[in-house]
Amino acid sequence: MALFGIDTGWSSLYDFSEGVAKWIIGILSWIVGGLGDNLPWVFGDFLHWSDGIIRSDLHLALVAITVESVVLLLIATANLLTFIWIERKLLARMMDRRGPMYVGALGYLQQIADGLKLFLKEYIVPEKADRLGFDAAPVVLSAAAFFIIGVVPIAPGLGLTYQGSYASATVLLAFAAFAVPPFAVLIAGWSANNKYTLIGGMRAAALMMSYEIPMLLAVASVVVLAGGFDFVTIVEAQQASIWFAAPLFIGFVVFLICIVAELERIPFDLPEAEAELVEGWTTEYSGMRFGMIMAIDYLRGYIGCLLATLLFLGGWDGPAILPDWGWTLLKAYFLWVVFVWMRASLPRVRTDQILHIGWKRLLPLAMLNLLVAVVLVSLGWV
Amino acid sequence: MAEMVINMGPQHPMGHGLWNLKVRVDGETIVWAEAELGYLHRGYEKIMENKQYVMNIPLADRLCYAAAMSWSHVYCLACEHLFGIAVPPRAQYIRVIALEIQRIASHLMWLGAYGPDLGALTGFLYAMRERELFLDLLESLTGSRLTYTYTRIGGLANDLPPDFEREALKAVAYFEKKLNDYERFFDGSKIFRMRTEGVGILRKEEAIAAGITGPNLRGSGANLDIRKDLPYEAYEELDFEPAVETAGDCYARYRVRIKEMRESCRLIRDAFKKIPAGDYRVRSPRRAPKRDAYGRVEDPRGEAMIYVVGDGSDQPYRVKIRSPMFITMSNCGMLLKGYKVADVPAIMGSIDVCMGEADK
Repeated sequence: MALFGIDTGWSSLYDFSEGVAKWIIGILSWIVGGLGDNLPWVFGDFLHWSDGIIRSDLHLALVAITVESVVLLLIATANLLTFIWIERKLLARMMDRRGPMYVGALGYLQQIADGLKLFLKEYIVPEKADRLGFDAAPVVLSAAAFFIIGVVPIAPGLGLTYQGSYASATVLLAFAAFAVPPFAVLIAGWSANNKYTLIGGMRAAALMMSYEIPMLLAVASVVVLAGGFDFVTIVEAQQASIWFAAPLFIGFVVFLICIVAELERIPFDLPEAEAELVEGWTTEYSGMRFGMIMAIDYLRGYIGCLLATLLFLGGWDGPAILPDWGWTLLKAYFLWVVFVWMRASLPRVRTDQILHIGWKRLLPLAMLNLLVAVVLVSLGWV
Repeated sequence: MAEMVINMGPQHPMGHGLWNLKVRVDGETIVWAEAELGYLHRGYEKIMENKQYVMNIPLADRLCYAAAMSWSHVYCLACEHLFGIAVPPRAQYIRVIALEIQRIASHLMWLGAYGPDLGALTGFLYAMRERELFLDLLESLTGSRLTYTYTRIGGLANDLPPDFEREALKAVAYFEKKLNDYERFFDGSKIFRMRTEGVGILRKEEAIAAGITGPNLRGSGANLDIRKDLPYEAYEELDFEPAVETAGDCYARYRVRIKEMRESCRLIRDAFKKIPAGDYRVRSPRRAPKRDAYGRVEDPRGEAMIYVVGDGSDQPYRVKIRSPMFITMSNCGMLLKGYKVADVPAIMGSIDVCMGEADK
C-alpha cells in the first residue's frame, strides 16, 4: 500500500496493524513473561500461562483489529473535522459572510474549540425524561455510525479487514447500520418527554419509512449491475466497465436525494426543523451529548458521501496522479460541496410534501432504475 | 396519537418577539390555535398621557423596532391635526422619502426573517445585507439606525443632508437590481413555492371582517391602501400603484411585499424629482386645544393610527394606539386552523409579526 506515493511495504491496513500489534504484544509478553520467570511458584505459573494467551494467534488478531479500528477512527475524525470546516466555510461564503476565521489557519481548528466548549458544559437531563432512552440514544447513534466506518473501505485494503479480507456483504452491513439512527432518534424524541422532541422523533420515523425504500432500491440496482454484495466487488466492476452513475443516472439522483433525507439536512431536515420545533428531537440535549449528536451528523454526512462515491462514482477509480484513497476522498468531498450548496440555496420541505416526494416520485423512479439495471444485465452489458 | 396542546412561545424561534402561540394538534394537523399576547406590554398609552407632547416622539419611535420612522410620524401627524398646524411642503416630501426608505428596510427585515422561517438562512443574510444600505441612508439623514426621532410636530428635526439625494438614488438603483436576485432565490425555488402557495389562505371577506390591514389584506385581493385612499403628506402628488394580489396565501403576501418594495423605490425617485425648496419645519405651540384628532397612515404592517385627545394642557389627555399587528395577530387562529405544524412558521412569518407595536 502506498501512502503519498511512498511504498510502505504493507499490503493492507491489516498488515500495518498486525505489525503494531506484534510490537505491543512483544512488550506485554516481555513484561509478563519476565515477571513470571522471577516470581515464585503459583504466581510464576499463572503469569507464564497468561503469557501463552498473550502470544496466541487469537489475541494477535484481536489487538490487530483494535489497532485497525483506532486508525480508521482517526482517519474518519480527520475527515469529519474537514467536513464540518468545509460546510461552515463554504456555507458562509455562499451567504456572503466569512465563517470561522481566527482559530487555526482559516479557522480550521474552530471545530475543536467548539467541541472543547461543549465538553465543559453541564449535561442536563430533563426531570421527567426516561433516563435510559435519553442516555442511550446518542450512544446508539454514534455506535451505528462508527460501525459503518469499519465496513466502508476508502481504498482496497484501507478498511476493517482480517488478514486483508473484508467481511462479506459489506453493502448490506453498511446500509443496515445506516438505517439504525432513525430508531435512536425516535427513542430520543420519545424519552425526552417534550412535545417538540416527540414530533421531531415521529418525523424522523416518517422520513425513514419513505426514504429507506427508494434508497435501497437504488443500491439494489448497483448490486444487480456489479453482481456482488461488497464494496470492493462493486468498485472493481466499475473499474472494469464505467462508473455506475452513467448507466444508472436516475438511481444516482434518487440515491443522492435519499442520502440528504437520511442525513436530515436541508431541504429534508424536518426532524430538527428549528423554525417550528426549536431544535426538533435534539432540543433537550446539552453539553457533550449535543456535541456528539452534531458531530455524528457530520460523520454520517461523510459516510453518506463515501457510500455514494463507492456505489456510483467508481470509488478509487481514477488516473494514478492521486493515490487510490485520494480519489475516493476527492469524490466524497465533491459530493459534500454539492450538499452544502443545496443547503445554502433551498428552503425546507413540509412533512406531507416530503412523504409525497418519497412515495410518489422517488419510489417509481427507483423502480424504473432497477428495471434499467436488470435490462442492462440481461442484455449482457456488464 | 391523541390531541395535544403545544405552547409555541413565549421564547420560540418561530415567534419574532415575545408571544405565545397555543396550538392544539392532532398528529401534525392544527385543530385549534390562539395567540397569547401581552408579554411586551409596556403601558404606552398611559405613559404618553404623563409626558409633554414633544417628549412622546422618541417614545412612539420605540413602538416598533422595524418601522420606527412610521410610528413617530403617525404620532406627529396626529398632534399636527390636534394643534391644527400645516406642515411645509418640503417637509412633507422629506417625510415621504424617509417613510419609504423605512418601508423598504422593514420589508427587508421581514424578508430576512421569512428565510430562516422556511429553513433558508441565506435569504436572511442577503436581505440583511441590503437592509444595511437603507439603514445607512437613514443614519445619514437622522443620525441613528434604529429609532430615529426624526419627525417633529410641525416638520422635521433637520433638512436633507448634502449629497443625500445622490446617495439615496444610488442605493435605490442598486437595490432594484438586487430585488431581481431575491426573486430568483425565492420565486425560483420550487420548494419555496411548495411551502407558500395555497398555505395560510385568508379570504378577502374574512380579512375585512377581522380588520386586517396592510400587505396582509392586499394579499387577499382588497385594494386598500391609505396612502392612496386617504392621502397624507405628499402621497397625493406622487405616482405609485398599491401592490395587490388576489390569492390570499403566504405566497401572495410575499409577492405584495416584493412589489411594495419596488413601488417604494419608485416613490423615492418621484419624490426627489418633485421635492420643492422651502422650510422644513414650522413652530408648534406647546399647549394643545381642547379637542381630539387622529393620524392615520399606512405602516409597513398595515393601518397605524394614533388618536390624541387634548385638554388644554401641554400633555395629552388620552392617547389611543391602533396597532395593525395586534389585530392581525388576534386572528391567527383563523389563519392556522387546518394546516400543519410545519406551516406555522410559514404562515406566522408571512404576516410580518412585530410584537413591539402589537403589545404597546
